[in-house]
Amino acid sequence: MNIFVLMKRTFDTEEKISISGGKINEDGAEFIINPYDEYAIEEAIQVRDAQGGEVTVITVGSEEAEKQLRTALAMGADKAVLINTEDDLEYSDQFTTAKILAEYLKDKDADLIIGGNVAIDGGSGQVGPRVAELLNIPYVTTITNLEINGSTVTVVRDVEGDSEVIETSLPLLVTAQQGLNEPRYPSLPGIMKAKKKPLDELELDDLDLEEDDVEAKTKTIEIYLPAQKQAGKVLEGELADQVKELVSLLHNEAKVV
Amino acid sequence: MNFELTKEQQMVKDMVKEFAEKEVAPKAVHVDKTGEFPVQTFEKMGQLGLLGIPFPEKYGGSGGDTISYAIAVEEIGKACGSTGLSYAAAVSLGASPIYYFGTEEQKQHFLVPLASGKGLGAFGLTEPNAGSDAGGTRTKAVLEGDEYVINGEKCFITNAEYAKTITVTAVTGKDERGKNIISAILVPTDTAGLTINSNYEKLGVRGSNTSEIILENVRVPKENLLGDPTGGFKQFLYTLDGGRISIAALSVGIAQAALEKAINYAKERTQFGQPIAKFQAIQFKLADMAMEIELARNMVYKAAWLKDNGKPFTKESAYAKLFASEAGFRACNQAVQIHGGYGYMREYEVERYLRDIKLMEIGEGTSEIQRLVIARQLV
Ligand SMILES: Cc1cc2nc3c(=O)[nH]c(=O)nc-3n(C[C@H](O)[C@H](O)[C@H](O)COP(=O)(O)OP(=O)(O)OC[C@H]3O[C@@H](n4cnc5c(N)ncnc54)[C@H](O)[C@@H]3O)c2cc1C
Repeated sequence: MNIFVLMKRTFDTEEKISISGGKINEDGAEFIINPYDEYAIEEAIQVRDAQGGEVTVITVGSEEAEKQLRTALAMGADKAVLINTEDDLEYSDQFTTAKILAEYLKDKDADLIIGGNVAIDGGSGQVGPRVAELLNIPYVTTITNLEINGSTVTVVRDVEGDSEVIETSLPLLVTAQQGLNEPRYPSLPGIMKAKKKPLDELELDDLDLEEDDVEAKTKTIEIYLPAQKQAGKVLEGELADQVKELVSLLHNEAKVV
Repeated sequence: MNFELTKEQQMVKDMVKEFAEKEVAPKAVHVDKTGEFPVQTFEKMGQLGLLGIPFPEKYGGSGGDTISYAIAVEEIGKACGSTGLSYAAAVSLGASPIYYFGTEEQKQHFLVPLASGKGLGAFGLTEPNAGSDAGGTRTKAVLEGDEYVINGEKCFITNAEYAKTITVTAVTGKDERGKNIISAILVPTDTAGLTINSNYEKLGVRGSNTSEIILENVRVPKENLLGDPTGGFKQFLYTLDGGRISIAALSVGIAQAALEKAINYAKERTQFGQPIAKFQAIQFKLADMAMEIELARNMVYKAAWLKDNGKPFTKESAYAKLFASEAGFRACNQAVQIHGGYGYMREYEVERYLRDIKLMEIGEGTSEIQRLVIARQLV
């Protein structure tokens, strides 16, 4: 089985994030594998171990993403590909990324492509479906279970807490939801072996793409942090008075009732 | 000169940090309170290859370097001092001497299970009457036919109750000047005549197993003698040089945990109408703690780097161990101070750091002995 994983390097949203000059400050930020992509990597490894084949992890990004690719190799992926757009693209969006990935994947005879359901930075969830659309293969998003039997695939899809069982066939693109599996830690021997595994670096040129072909379809007007949370208010006094005050506050101040 | 970690070292750090936060830290309070040895944690660490970091793959290891190992000890120790000590002892004292001095057969037989995480190792040097003065060892091993017969007593041995193999030092004869020859002998813990008791009630590192070992006519094949039959003393000095790097790394980890707790608390605790972190007296404490911890960490990395590059590191590992343990103790003490009365309470965990880190000034050579080691290299 020829398996590809779409992986993104993102900043860790659990660490402190600051903005300067309309951009997220990269200096202080911690960078990680997009958590949903970790499920994708784990699933790809499990499918390969059960069915044989090869797992290739691809990312579109900059030189810095090598660390996350090596981590995926340390977890057990066989190969990694970095499509480095650092020198070619000033600005990119989901269209750009999907177009580049599809161009790379179109002649790779992929049986299974797995991505994360969303990236925790942009949160659009568009790249996976767009790639499938461009490759003209079926896709199922936010999956929590995957079973492959010959070329029949049974997928459980999370629909806002409910489950939907879908039967489809290979080749297929799926995006991983939390609960799909428990991503493994890269083992120490895995980390040491990762440096000997192939990591190819490509640029737009290598895919016969021009900057115009992948020009972003959207513009980011402004980036801002959510408003600071105000300190809470503790009501005091008789219970009945507290209830009255609460209702009045919800009505007059919060304007929600 | 390059102060950056390699990609592999960085990945080891990320992985161990995540593992320690998710799997080790949540058990730290329980382990301290009950003194229960965290067996399952060690099984998981074994599966991840943490117990074999500095050993080659052909001996079941992970093929990493001493720096990666020191980073791992720091991260585990930051989450739980008890687990950190047993980890450091398993690798530096249990497995390392077999790797340094063992024959190929001994490595295959004794090192592979330890490095691949299928068992823990221990090193029995200290005796009731021979602590700092290891030359005063009284345990005796007498060759009878093809076997060594060992009699004696060891105390304060880390991991012994959970170990597969204990490397025991014993007097095997006298040299031409009439001085005792000390050798190291590999003793499987299921050998008849070996009794292991773990009844110590400790101040800190309470979840780390510490045992007394009694050897009564313990018989092992003469092939179990480790390395040079007359060089046991030199061998354990070398072993301790390496072990000191890990004790230093462990000190850095515990102290770092104390610093982080102290910073958070200082920002939250309000007195006289402002967070105590606004008081310069508190800020100066935090500044000193952070500075000393970073200096200690640099010394750990340097000593580890020297070892990895085959250069002498006796003096530097003593610097690292001495400075990191003393600076770490100061940092943990100040962390309690910054927490005030709350710091004295178990719930806030900083008192555990203080209890745990005290051992670092004692184990693998006391601070006084580190100064002797350093001075010997100077004069
Ligand atoms: C939790 C724990 C785990 C341990 N794990 C192990 C283990 O795995 N394996 C092992 O072999 N041992 C282990 N030890 C033993 C430890 O290494 C010894 O306790 C330590 O070396 C000190 O020896 P001692 O306790 O006999 O103290 P002593 O040597 O009696 O020292 C008492 C005091 O005298 C000072 N002193 C001694 N000689 C001199 C001198 N020449 N000049 C100046 N001052 C001096 C010491 O610094 C100390 O302050 C462990 C100890 C503990 C507490």
